[in-house]
Formats: sequence, C-alpha cells, structure tokens
Amino acid sequence: MSVPVRKFDAVIVGAGGAGLRAAIQLSEAGLRTAVLSKVFPTRSHTVAAQGGVAASLGNSEEDHWHWHMYDTVKGSDWLGDQDAIEFMCRKANEVVIELEHYGMPFDRLDSGKIYQRPFGGHMSNFGEKPVRRSCAAADRTGHAMLHAMYQRNVKANTQFFIEWMALDLIRDEEGDVVGVTAMEMETGEVFVFHAKAVLFATGGAGRIYHSSTNAFINTGDGVGMAARAGIPLEDMEFWQFHPTGVAGAGVLITEGVRGEGGILRNADGERFMERYAPNAKDLASRDVVSRAMVTEINEGRGCGPNKDHVMLDITHLDPATIMKRLPGIREIGIQFAGVDAIKEQLPVVPTCHYQMGGIPTNYNGEVVVPKDGNMSAPVRGFYAAGECACASVHGANRLGTNSLLDLLVFGKSSGESMVEYIKAQPAAHKPLPANAADFSLSRLNRLNTQTGGAAVGETRLAMQRTMQKHCGVFRFKDMLAEGVSRICEIQKMAATTEIRDKSNVFNTARLEALELDNLIEVARATIVSANARTESRGAHVRDDAPDTPERPNGRDDSTWLKHTLWHRDGDRLEYKPVNMNPLTVESIALKTRAY
Amino acid sequence: MTARTVQFSIYRYDPDRDEKPYMQSISLELDGTERKLLDALMKLKDKDDSLSFRRSCREGVCGSDAMNINGKNGLACLTDMATIAEPIVLRPLPGLPVVRDLIVDMTQFFKQYHSIKPYLINPEHPPERERLQSPEDREELNGLYECILCACCSTACPSFWWNPDKFVGPAGLLAAYRFIADTRDEATSERLDNLEDPYRLFRCHSIMNCVDVCPKGLNPTRAIGKIKDMMVRRAV
Repeated sequence: MSVPVRKFDAVIVGAGGAGLRAAIQLSEAGLRTAVLSKVFPTRSHTVAAQGGVAASLGNSEEDHWHWHMYDTVKGSDWLGDQDAIEFMCRKANEVVIELEHYGMPFDRLDSGKIYQRPFGGHMSNFGEKPVRRSCAAADRTGHAMLHAMYQRNVKANTQFFIEWMALDLIRDEEGDVVGVTAMEMETGEVFVFHAKAVLFATGGAGRIYHSSTNAFINTGDGVGMAARAGIPLEDMEFWQFHPTGVAGAGVLITEGVRGEGGILRNADGERFMERYAPNAKDLASRDVVSRAMVTEINEGRGCGPNKDHVMLDITHLDPATIMKRLPGIREIGIQFAGVDAIKEQLPVVPTCHYQMGGIPTNYNGEVVVPKDGNMSAPVRGFYAAGECACASVHGANRLGTNSLLDLLVFGKSSGESMVEYIKAQPAAHKPLPANAADFSLSRLNRLNTQTGGAAVGETRLAMQRTMQKHCGVFRFKDMLAEGVSRICEIQKMAATTEIRDKSNVFNTARLEALELDNLIEVARATIVSANARTESRGAHVRDDAPDTPERPNGRDDSTWLKHTLWHRDGDRLEYKPVNMNPLTVESIALKTRAY
Repeated sequence: MTARTVQFSIYRYDPDRDEKPYMQSISLELDGTERKLLDALMKLKDKDDSLSFRRSCREGVCGSDAMNINGKNGLACLTDMATIAEPIVLRPLPGLPVVRDLIVDMTQFFKQYHSIKPYLINPEHPPERERLQSPEDREELNGLYECILCACCSTACPSFWWNPDKFVGPAGLLAAYRFIADTRDEATSERLDNLEDPYRLFRCHSIMNCVDVCPKGLNPTRAIGKIKDMMVRRAV
C-alpha cells in the first residue's frame, strides 16, 4: 500500500528541550526541517522541570567546569563516559548564556547576573562542599526554558507538525536511516517523512512505573521505535527515583527546595540524612537520598497513618524567600497535598523520575551501535538527544540540573552534526525502501481489526505495577527474575490489545495503544538488563550485591565497569567498555562513592 | 476515602460517526482516590475509550487539559473533585472549532500568539556573557512569563469570540507585554505599532473574564491596561 511522502532535509521527532534546541541549529542553517510532536511544543515534559540548569558560571562563588565534571562522574558512579561528560560540562556556560540571549527570564543576582542555587551532588573543589551552580528561573526553569526555545523557533520559522505521532523508523538495506512514518492525529492519516537525517528527541519513558513524576506523554516512543528497528538500548537498568514526589500524587517537588534550605525529616522529626551523608546531608545525590528515605520507611520511621512517606520541611524558611524562589512548589503543595508549605511540612516519597539509559550515542549526538568489531559505529543518518539518548553522561545516576544541561548541549551538538552531515550528502535523498510504511500500516491494521484482546489501560497497569514491585528503588534477585517472566507475559498481552474506538478523528485510544507498544519495549529492556547486572551501582541496588569492605556499596568494577547493550532480538545482552578517557584532562580515577 | 457516585454531562461529538454534537449523561463510581477532575476523566476513559480529551503533565504546567467545567474555563488537573458541583458539565473551550469531544482546534489561538512576535528582539550583538538585568527589572516579568498557553482566557473573552481573527486576545496580549516589559528587548515601539489598530488591542473592554478563569492566577487585563497606557503616553 502506498502512503503520501513528504520530503525534508532533516526530521526531528519530539519538540521538548532537545528537539527545540536542535531545531534552532537546523533552521538557522537554512535546512528544510520538519519537527514532529505529538503535543504542542510547550506542552512537552521539559516544561515540568523546576530547579535549574547546571553551569559553572561562578556568579556567586568560585566554580569550574572541571569540578562539575568530577561531580558528574562521581554522581554517575563512574558509569558515565568521561569524554561526553567533559564535553557537556565545558559547553555548559555557552549554552546557558545562549538561552539568556534568546530571552529566557532567569532570576537575577544584585549584580545583574544569572541567579544560581545549590543542588544535590554539585560541589566545589572536587567534592568538598556544596556550590551554587544551578541557574534558575524561580522553580519554573523548565517552563521558562521551553517557552524561550519555542519562541526562538518561531523567530527562526521552524516548520512544526503539531499533534503528529511518529510510528516507526525507516532504515534502508544498508541500515542507514532515511525517514520515519508518522500519523496525523486529527485525521488518522499515515505519512512517510523522507529525510537525509533523523533526530529522535522523544524524551523518557517514566510511565513504565506506576508511581512517576512524569507526564502521561512520557511513553518512550523514540526508544521503542529504535528497539523495533534493531538498535540496541544502553544501560536501561538505571532509572532515577526522585526523592521528593508528593506522596500519593507523584507530582514533582524540586530538589531546589533542599537547595534553598529544605530538610527531610522522619516520623521522629529527625533530620535523618545526617546519618547517611554526613557531609552533603539533604543535598547528597538523588539515589543516595531515595535509598535513605526508603530505609527509614522500611525500618518503621515513616510518617502518616500508613508510615509510608517522610516529610520535607521548609517551615523554617522566610515566607518571602518561599514566595520568591519556590512559588510553584507552594502551589503544588496546596493543590496536590492540601498543605501550605509555609506553615506545614510536605509529605514526600521517592518517585520514578528519569531514564538514565536510552539510545546509544556519542557526544556528537550520532547514534552508535556495535558493527564489525567497532562497539560504537555510527548509524548513518540517525541521531538522538535528551532523555531518550544515552551519551552517556549520567551513567548509573544523574545529578539534578544535568538533565536540562544534557538536552541543551546535546540538542545543539546533534543539530550541528546533522547540519554538517546533510551538507556533505549528495543533493538527492537516498531512496526509500519499497515497503517503507508497511510495518506501521500492519500495526495499525492489527489494532483496527483485533478482537478478543486485552484492554490497553489494564495491560499498561499490569506493566506499571510489575515494574514498580520488581524493579524499584531496592532490587531483589528473586523478584527481578520473576519480573522478567511477568513482563514477557504482559508483552504478549500488549501485542493483542483491543480498542473499541475505531474513529479516524483524534483517536486517543489508538494513540495510547501505540504508546503502550513503546512502553513495553522499554520495560522489557529495563528488567532484562537489571536482572543481568549482578552488582550495585548508582540507582541500581540489589540485595545480592551488598555493601562489604571488599566491595564498598556493592559495586563490582572488575566485572561490571561496562555499559549494557540490550538487543530486542531474543533479549540478547552485550557489553561495551566505559570511556574513562576525557578529551583534555586526566581521567577521574575510580573511587568509593560517599557524600 | 469514601466511595461515591458522581454524575457527568459531557459534550460528545465525533465527526466520523455523529451527525451532530450531543450531551451524554454518565455516572461514575469514585473510590475516593480521585483528587482532581482529570483523575475522574481518566477513569471514565478506561470505561469508554472513545471519550477524547487532551492531557499531559497532570500538574497544571503544560496547559493541555483546558476545558469548560460547569460553565467556567479551567484545567481538569487543577479542579478539585471534593468541592465540584454536580452534575459535572463538561464542554470544549468555547468559541473555537471542535475537533472531537473536548478537543478544540487551537490554530486561531496560536496564530494570534505568533502575531505579536513572541520572542526577544534586540538587534545588538549579544555580549560574551549574559545580558545584565537587575532583580527589580526581572521582577517586572513576574505574572507575565508564567503563561502556559492553555487558552482558558482567550476562549472566555467575548471580544475574542466576536473577532478571533482580528483581536489578539488576552493570552497574546499578555505575551506582548511580557516582551515590552523586558529590559533586554529593544522593540517596544515596533511592538506598539503592531498593536495600534481598532481591533488588535482596543477590542479589550476590561470585562476581566480572563482574570477570572486564569488557572495560573495571572492578570492579562492589567497587562493590556499597561499597553494601552503606553499607547496613550506616546500619542501625547
């Protein structure tokens, strides 16, 4: 069956921070670029980021990119690639200043410079004491940033396809990427977008978990599409649980609250982080704080009638500071916890927040896969940036404010790489394979004709509950193994989901079924990779790899200092080395991680 | 957490199937965990997957789930189920073409937003570091930059209903003032010229529906008043 074809130099899938930043690069270079997004750009999940973006501007006190790099490597529990981390930390000032020039309304210091606040894991002088590195617009940094970048794209005349859902990646016989299939949501019509280069900037898949800070749209669409197209996924076992989601509601409370002086307390009112991280205390790295919270709850010191959360206390802060620096948090407390944070403590619990793994890339945004003995061979025409990608800068645990930095730096670098690549290509596009849209059409046809299948909502809930129970903050050998077989069962259900709504007009039931196809790939990659990694590192902590004098924190560098690559085909796992060699400075040597 | 049954009356229209729109009465069993209207709507969608509405962040920052709730525009994710009056009457945002059920075509709304040049204009070559701005000057942007483009305000405005193609509407004008008020922007007179027209700005008659419905507590009428003041001042 033939479908209409639209031809562009470049196609960007996703219009969150990474996609919009790349689009600026491509549009300003004069290339014909289509940006596809399943929501209006300013509704992308970058909008929900609160606390800030890291850059060693040193506006309040001395800071240096090298210190930032050290913190990021340590935060990653040494699983991050040091070339990519150096690249990101060195570029931070440049991309943040650019944003300011685009018009981003950063908060200001009396000097007129960008306001900076402390954030978890960000320290001065190679881990000494917390440093003010997070550049913030109150507690609405993501909102201010996303709008500023959308606005810059309006100025650059970027061509958006809004409320278009990408379905599948198109690769030719040589494996090169030559486009995507996509559906216009308003009409249900399928198109082929034929391009010389494709960027996935589709965000994370936090909705594989039952309790998540993520928006409903965070369904790992790019990650799922890549997996179906034979691209392996990197380090998918590493998921960040943010310490402070509103208990019950899951809505995010920024770490910036602790940056401004907020304190976590258990049922006895004790500032328990002093016991777990004597130096950084409440501003230790997120995985450390989340585990401390769950330990407090498991040992009976949780709060509330079910003793199932802890309290975040800012009642000692000046109300004027709260209204100036954390106005959105006060609103969230009132809306979702029924608590005015100026007067009362907020009930919080670790909540799934960020996908550290993803589509493997280098720091130029090129997607890289094992090929002919090279573990990192670029896939021609294919790029990825932001949360869907794994560069890898976050390794086993991301530092707060490094996600907004990641999407700026790698959004820009992938955009630059694409400009360079496209300009070096012949004028004519590589031809599309004859059957370019068949796979997507067969998926849609299956959905339209399926009978006797499981409901989408029910299947999704089964997946989310399984992931929550079997692959959460603490992981257990037996539970992981059982989780793998349960997710495989649920994947069979997902393959036969049935929708009752068959309309072609803005069919959200169909969209949710297509999103579930992507989510389930991510869930499977996650639990299979987690089951195989028999050490504890960063956010991945297992009962059979405990903290011992021989293996502090349960980390096993002799066996596991390597990246996981999960192949969808037969759940095959292979591993590639971590790049311990930075671009210009000395390698940051392995060390036991403590805060 | 007590169970109860709530009554909904929801605007339904699928152009693929329905000759004309109708109001559907539905009752829903709640178990008490549904804090917000969006939670209840998600539950309704589990029962009837054809019920169509936009949603994303579920915390009031993305602006997707704006709709007309018991006669007043608002976000489903910020509407409390505990205090809402029954039956809960849900309609699409007024004044824009309906795509399906609670989903409206927002093209006209965004066209007006784009018409005010919603980006910083400063022809000078930017400095190597950030442009400096005092905390006081930055504070001028508070109450302006937080807009989430949900369209609650513009689609509550009678002037926008009458002239959606000519009147910029409260959301667009709030954005216009956001750039006028920014000390880093150098295009104030160009921006005022762009609005100097019997319709674009001056169709605002300070009815203040926009202020009444804004889910972020912003005040477009005040911003519009400031632009009008500037127009007057530069005329004399």
